[in-house]
Amino acid sequence: MSEWPLWEVFIRSQHGLAHRHVGSLHAPTSEMAVCNARDVYTRRNEGVSIWVVKSADISASEPNNKDMLFEPSHDKIFRHPTFYDLPDDVDYM
Amino acid sequence: MYSQVIDEQPVSSDELNAQEALFQEKIDNDIKIEPRDWMPDGYRKTLIRQISQHAHSEIVGMLPEGKWLTRAPSLTRKSILLAKVQDEGGHGLYLYSAAETLGVTRDEMYLALHSGKAKYSSIFNYPTLTWADIGVIGWLVDGAAIMNQVPLQRCSYGPYARAMVRICKEESFHQRQGFEMLITLCKGKPVQKAMAQDALNRWWWPSLMMFGPPDADSVHSAQSMRWKIKMNGNDELRQKFVDVCVPQAELLGLTIPDNKIIWNEEWQQHDFGEVNWDEFYNVLKGNGVCNRERLKARVDAWEDGAWVRDAAKAYAVKRQRSSSL
Ligand SMILES: [Fe+2]
Ligand SMILES: [Fe+2]
Repeated sequence: MSEWPLWEVFIRSQHGLAHRHVGSLHAPTSEMAVCNARDVYTRRNEGVSIWVVKSADISASEPNNKDMLFEPSHDKIFRHPTFYDLPDDVDYM
Repeated sequence: MYSQVIDEQPVSSDELNAQEALFQEKIDNDIKIEPRDWMPDGYRKTLIRQISQHAHSEIVGMLPEGKWLTRAPSLTRKSILLAKVQDEGGHGLYLYSAAETLGVTRDEMYLALHSGKAKYSSIFNYPTLTWADIGVIGWLVDGAAIMNQVPLQRCSYGPYARAMVRICKEESFHQRQGFEMLITLCKGKPVQKAMAQDALNRWWWPSLMMFGPPDADSVHSAQSMRWKIKMNGNDELRQKFVDVCVPQAELLGLTIPDNKIIWNEEWQQHDFGEVNWDEFYNVLKGNGVCNRERLKARVDAWEDGAWVRDAAKAYAVKRQRSSSL
């Protein structure tokens, strides 16, 4: 037995929204992957558009590097609007 | 991206204990575990077993109902049953995908099922003798599955929890179509109602077995509950199921085949009779009425479909060649 490649499936649920990862499936070609994704992941109007990407082609960040990658933004609270105290009578801001 | 290779670096037992403690802390704080996160071997193995068994159950579960697709009494009922069976195939796929994120391959799981090594739910080794069985399966078998699956939406492993969310959304239709069909049968001619009663008589006890052996005899429960990959005790869910089903059976005008069922005022729940656990273990061992038939149907479907998979693969290779010219 040798398996068909694994594809990650992304679905746009409505016009105007971004595609979102919904799961994966095996298929021999990208067209077949789209067909299968339609059958597996959109049986109840869940989508208006499908993307498939070979799983092997996705690069991901290392969970172990989480701190190194994301910690630097933790202490930069001045990046958020709530950091700034303004008088109550300032409107439209 | 999910079928990860884990570099196994030798770790001291102190280090391992520290890692495990951190892992447990995450779980206690309801932080989901994701595929590439560190996890104890036992967690990984238990999940692979549990999720793949669940996937096998969805796939084998299509067989008892599949037989009635060509025998449905109307086009509407046929379309409904076809949609339900197709959903179950989808459930199997969501779950196989979730298991694959743990590093097991689809082929390994198929091989385990086809060789008889892997288990699936004992319920699917019972025969579907009449059309009323399809109604009772929707009501009781999907009903019991829902009761098991709803809490698993909150389980600790991300891909499994997300698969459960999708599945639970779809299961509700399965149960409702079954119950509605039984309402129709029970309002019909006496022979139709008798057919519904007969189906209930045969499916009631096997449905109670779906929750697994009593907690006292359940081997892996405590650890699985600590890991939050099992959210409730078997007996607790079984009790809940009985309490829910009693008024539903009354509404249908059917009698649950257990003369020990009685409302217990003190406990605010129903007392009910003892499940025949010998039968359960016997079916699990492979000696149910349909074990052999189910496995054979599954293996035949896989083998008879080999030429289709080969053709699709040959086409993919040919296309790749012509596009690289
Ligand atoms: Fe299902
Ligand atoms: Fe179902």
